[in-house]
Amino acid sequence: MAVQPPVAQDVRRTMIAAVLLGIGFMAAIDEIIFHQLLAWHHFVDTGSTALALASDGILHTMELVLFIVGAFMMIELHGRAAQAPGYRGPGFLLGMGGFQTFDGIVDHKILGLHQVRYVDHVWFYDIAWIGAGLIMLAIGWKLLQRARQGQATSQH
Amino acid sequence: MTSHSILHGPMAMGATSAVAFFLMALVWLAYLFGVWRTRRQKPWPWWRTLLFTAGCATLAVGFVPDLMHAAHQDVRMHMVVHLLLGMFAPLGLVFAAPMTLLLRNLPPGGARGLVRFLGTGPIRVLTHPLTAAILDIGGMYLLYMTSLYAHSLHSPWLSNVLHLHFVISGTLFTWAIAGPDPAPHRPGWRMRMAVLFVAMAAHATLGKLLYAFGFPRGTGAALEELQQAAVWMYYWGDLAEAVLVGALMLAWLRRRRRMAHPGGVASGMSPL
Repeated sequence: MAVQPPVAQDVRRTMIAAVLLGIGFMAAIDEIIFHQLLAWHHFVDTGSTALALASDGILHTMELVLFIVGAFMMIELHGRAAQAPGYRGPGFLLGMGGFQTFDGIVDHKILGLHQVRYVDHVWFYDIAWIGAGLIMLAIGWKLLQRARQGQATSQH
Repeated sequence: MTSHSILHGPMAMGATSAVAFFLMALVWLAYLFGVWRTRRQKPWPWWRTLLFTAGCATLAVGFVPDLMHAAHQDVRMHMVVHLLLGMFAPLGLVFAAPMTLLLRNLPPGGARGLVRFLGTGPIRVLTHPLTAAILDIGGMYLLYMTSLYAHSLHSPWLSNVLHLHFVISGTLFTWAIAGPDPAPHRPGWRMRMAVLFVAMAAHATLGKLLYAFGFPRGTGAALEELQQAAVWMYYWGDLAEAVLVGALMLAWLRRRRRMAHPGGVASGMSPL
């Protein structure tokens, strides 16, 4: 068999797959820990409109589908040795942080699907929720810069 | 309206179960016979036979008289039957590739006739993913958001039609989206993924609507019972749909690998 030429790392697809996995992972944590185990979140807030429920249904489906699509994209990249390892972590963290921030602002506050926890001073939980998202975004961004610099130096 | 106790006594349900069990045994044996008959050709994958058996067994559980009786009294049990018949059993039946097995068993003329029949206009419309999704998910909105469900509790005839609808529409939808059988007229991967996405979102939304507004109405069931049923529909439905997304993505993965190595190693690869 002829020697295969070295395969170029597919940075773009690695980033997309990692972001999708990050979104799906964060959504799964939300669903499993906060909805099921702690039961802080409610399945449906009293007084939700049908429109808000439909947007919730769409978002929930997106999380599930994106996670599976991301996983298959990673398998496909792995199969042709084209994963860009330095970009997996940053992509994953950006996906997680992006979802957490979006969930905290749009789902909880704008659409009012449910609150973080049904207690007094929910603003405290909101700040922690959105803050955690922003921290993950910041770390992901920092790691992405590092990966880009690493790639720039290795490519002479 | 006719007397409730007579029509829904163990007798009526026993008859439905007996007919259902008989039909399922017939279909299952036909599948096994088909595998046995063509044993000298390229061997039929054992896991497809296993899937078909699992699909038939899941259907059979859905028709156990005690469960049917419980489903008649309790919306949560109805939801369990709905999930078994309409979502989980079809996964087994469809991924067992029964049409491929049938085509292997038919004489060339018969196989050509069947393929021609599947290519005719009405069948193509019926087996289009969009039609299948509307029949499947649309049927559910009709059942749970209108008084249809309450009516079905008083009419064994309607109740049997609904069970049949769950099985047929669920199987049709699963087949139209990700069936492994050859389907030359099936729309492309993107279209099927888009339809699956919309159907999943509509299913999840229905689960939340049932929970929030206490559907199906007119059953006299407590709100907690309805809400538990809705939550089960939502999360267990997710599981069945995730399998479908996985099956579609697996087809995508295999196609990409085939494109990367045309006619090469990948074409002889086992599906994971």
